Amino acid sequence: MKIKQLSIFLENKAGRINDMVNVLKDADINMMAFSLAESEEFGIMRIIVSDTERAVDTLKANKFTVSITEVICLKIDDSAGAMAAVLDCLTPNGIFIEYMYAFSQCSSAYVVLRPTDVDGCVEVLKKVDCKFISSFEE
Amino acid sequence: MIWNRAKECMSREDMRLLQGKRLHKIVSHVYHNTPFYRAKMQQMGITPSDIVTIDDIVKLPFTTKQDLRDNYPYGLFAKPMSEIVRLHASSGTTGKPTVVGYTRRDIEIWSEMLARCFSAYGASKDDIFHVAYGYGLFTGGLGIHYGIEELGGTVIPVSSGNTAKQLQLLHDFGPTALCCTPSYALYLADAIEKSGIDKSEFKLKIGIFGAEPWTNAMRKEIERKLNIKAFDIYGLSEIMGPGVSYECSEQCGSHIVEDHFVPEIIDPITLEQLPYGDEGELVFTTVTKEGLPLIRYRTKDLTTLNEEPCKCGRTNVRMSKITGRSDDMLIIRGVNVFPSQVESVILEMEEVEPHYMLTINRINNLDVLTIEVEVSEEFFSDGITKMLELKKRISHRIQSVLGISADIKLVEPQSLERFEGKAKRVVDNRVL
Repeated sequence: MKIKQLSIFLENKAGRINDMVNVLKDADINMMAFSLAESEEFGIMRIIVSDTERAVDTLKANKFTVSITEVICLKIDDSAGAMAAVLDCLTPNGIFIEYMYAFSQCSSAYVVLRPTDVDGCVEVLKKVDCKFISSFEE
Repeated sequence: MIWNRAKECMSREDMRLLQGKRLHKIVSHVYHNTPFYRAKMQQMGITPSDIVTIDDIVKLPFTTKQDLRDNYPYGLFAKPMSEIVRLHASSGTTGKPTVVGYTRRDIEIWSEMLARCFSAYGASKDDIFHVAYGYGLFTGGLGIHYGIEELGGTVIPVSSGNTAKQLQLLHDFGPTALCCTPSYALYLADAIEKSGIDKSEFKLKIGIFGAEPWTNAMRKEIERKLNIKAFDIYGLSEIMGPGVSYECSEQCGSHIVEDHFVPEIIDPITLEQLPYGDEGELVFTTVTKEGLPLIRYRTKDLTTLNEEPCKCGRTNVRMSKITGRSDDMLIIRGVNVFPSQVESVILEMEEVEPHYMLTINRINNLDVLTIEVEVSEEFFSDGITKMLELKKRISHRIQSVLGISADIKLVEPQSLERFEGKAKRVVDNRVL
């Protein structure tokens, strides 16, 4: 149902993202999905990786500030209205989205959601028969 | 014009006699009215009768900002509060301000010495003064204000801030003298340029600038941009406020109001008095002040003294421009800032690591303070909003402690330099 996402604090400095992805490369860790949130002077890189625990250890060992956040990953149709259908059942149940990111591939779309209430969100989505992705390594 | 020829052009010998007499009187006064000084003098085994001539000043104990802080708020006042007619305060190093008190006579003396300053700048009662120093606890606004009234000039008490309003008044009210910090003068000059108003529509001719260090290059730039003559005014609230020394038409150092403040230069390490001409820390003894007389107060400002008679006719000792500080105090936008104040804020916030770096730049003629702080691993949040909130919280706290705003920059843990010996947490990129 829920998957673990890593959030990494990055200063807005040229090459800082390179540094981070190279650390993962050297540890042979693959990124399945990521999104970069940015403000004026720092960014937060959110990634979903093949090996969460090892990724945290490796990044920390390389002096990156990392935190783990639970998110929900859904597989939905890559068609008009699919996202609306999901969100429309969340809002009436008092679930708000802090952030989300998505990508689509062939006829499917993958959405990573970070709601205010993760467990509540899972419950709501279960009822409407959503397809959860619990791991990308399928 | 020389406002007080008797005092400003007194022979060196007469001045020393006058200072000696006044020193004896003030030492007796503090000995009997300030427990702090009495205790210090008793410890050193001296009594007021040991202080006869001005040369005896070296026997006296020093006073520091720490002493004022330790006796916060009124401990060093030498008059009962019923005699104190005004308080001013400057920001201290630990959040507590340094409080100074004035009797009615102190205010009169302060005003008179400022009339001397303005006269030395060539101003008179025919001038209109635009006072853009802050009014309030800061000595700049009200101090200068009373001085102008003593001179007989017209005061426009604008205070600081609201540049658009300042421009309007500078244009419409036709002031001939501008009083503010030199960096704000440059800021105003640029604002005038941008406004597109023809410079000939302004009547300014004299600039009275102080409260922060500035260079001769800056002076030339201000003079060119505003088409005025710019003068330096020096002072510190502990001693009196602005007007402790002032430039004359020669602009070859600033004349110290020596009949009220006896200057000395000391070696900041050995604390030995140094001869005139040597660079060292400037020390003042206020020999006429009633409310808060200070004996050998260490300003921490580094300068030299020059006793040569000045071409302007004044004989009062001249001090050169301040070349630095013997402590780590910074003057940012005219406000005294100690790195320890920033440290106290950083240390009380658990969301950040106890490491920080201060950088000061002058951008568009305004000082900009940037404080880098390391985000704590434990408190790092995944949400941008939360991180921005943290930034805002630090920023508010800094503003309330320092009295000026700062740009807060959150940086990665472990990214600021660590120091084994004396930490160097300040980078001042301004050319002062």
